[in-house]
Amino acid sequence: MTHSTALIQYTLHLADDSLILGHRNSEWTGHGPILEQDIALSNIALDLIGQARNFYQYAAELINAGRQPAPRNIPGPAVNPSPVTEDQLAYLRDGWDFKNCLLVEQTNGDWAKTILRQFFFSAYQTTLYERLTQGRDKTLAAIAAKSHKEGIYHLRWSSEWVIRLGDGTEESHTRMNNALDELWKFTGELHTATPYEVETATAGIGPGLSQLRPQWEEKVKEVFDEAGLSYPPAIWMQTGGKEGRHTEQLGYILAEMQFLQRAYPGCEW
Amino acid sequence: MVRTNDDTTVAAIRQWLGEVNDPEVPVLSILDLGIVRDIRVGQPDSSQSTPVPHPGQVEIVITPTYSGCPAMDMIRMQIVAALNQHGYERVKVTTVLSPAWTTEWMSQEGKDKLRAYGIAPPNPLQQVCQIRPFHREEAVQCPRCGSYHTSLISEFGSTACKALYKCADCKEPFDYFKCH
Repeated sequence: MTHSTALIQYTLHLADDSLILGHRNSEWTGHGPILEQDIALSNIALDLIGQARNFYQYAAELINAGRQPAPRNIPGPAVNPSPVTEDQLAYLRDGWDFKNCLLVEQTNGDWAKTILRQFFFSAYQTTLYERLTQGRDKTLAAIAAKSHKEGIYHLRWSSEWVIRLGDGTEESHTRMNNALDELWKFTGELHTATPYEVETATAGIGPGLSQLRPQWEEKVKEVFDEAGLSYPPAIWMQTGGKEGRHTEQLGYILAEMQFLQRAYPGCEW
Repeated sequence: MVRTNDDTTVAAIRQWLGEVNDPEVPVLSILDLGIVRDIRVGQPDSSQSTPVPHPGQVEIVITPTYSGCPAMDMIRMQIVAALNQHGYERVKVTTVLSPAWTTEWMSQEGKDKLRAYGIAPPNPLQQVCQIRPFHREEAVQCPRCGSYHTSLISEFGSTACKALYKCADCKEPFDYFKCH
């Protein structure tokens, strides 16, 4: 794997994580439990999709500048005079080209599951972006610095909800535990490095993921303590999403999200 | 902030940009918001080493408030339209992300306009941005009656840059432009 291939894959991975979670959260728009929280989750979705756009723009730039092979399904610069765009990267890649972690593609379930998914991800993303800000790639560092400020809001908001539900009524506590049962097995992947993450970490672009793990555990334990939830024991963890091996859930998202551009290519409104 | 390769032109452009308003908070101009980072005017005999616009071209450098702010596309269009109107046909709007925008860049005039409009202006940065849950709430002043006896309803308001508060004295809910 050449250096720029790894950088493109890493950038797409960062973009895909944000886009897929942003899309999942946007499914709540108009369906939130109360208006203020509907707006809160929609705002978080907006932040995430905005971050994804920044990463996709950069990935497209790298592909175009280096005449790198475009992802499957996209007519790349080698055969097509028009450059690859951020929209093509979001709307025309197939499931096996998406590099998001399995956690973010999981279904919304109830409010407890949506909250816990956001909390696990934000606890990871804020530590990642904090380090990425100091990385050698100036563009990724700039996107990370900008996004980190937004991630702090997401982390605080989701932490407060984990505590409120975990330490709330018997029902909210049960729902939080059910969500934990469903989602815990997807958290190991957050800190399991793929080859492109190892390579970008070696190049000083991104952080070593194993170094982020203790901070993540500390944050989760601190919030779980207050929420009256038990930190789960070590179990077998599911991985593969970051390398394109997804759960069935991703296909449903792509079917909905990509339908318009596939049925009416280049459509604008 | 302003690269002065032609002071008079830049000053004029700056004045015209002051007439471009944020579509979501129309009382603020993009200068009040602090999102205009540079104004570059192309010179026929430019000998600068940094990349400058072509002669006759104007480049406006802006930075987004939040990553997903939907107003940015509209603001870009408005900048081009405003300068076209004043005879600049070749306008380029460049977006930069670093350094990341902060409410510290909002002008005092902008803060006063916000308050008069009914939105509480952002507090100084050092007060907030804590990562801990249920952190001590910021002291936000009600823009209507001036009371500090206010409380947070929701950290997320009608746009990404605002939070929702209510005043315990005048009983009115209001938007707070979040410190960021």
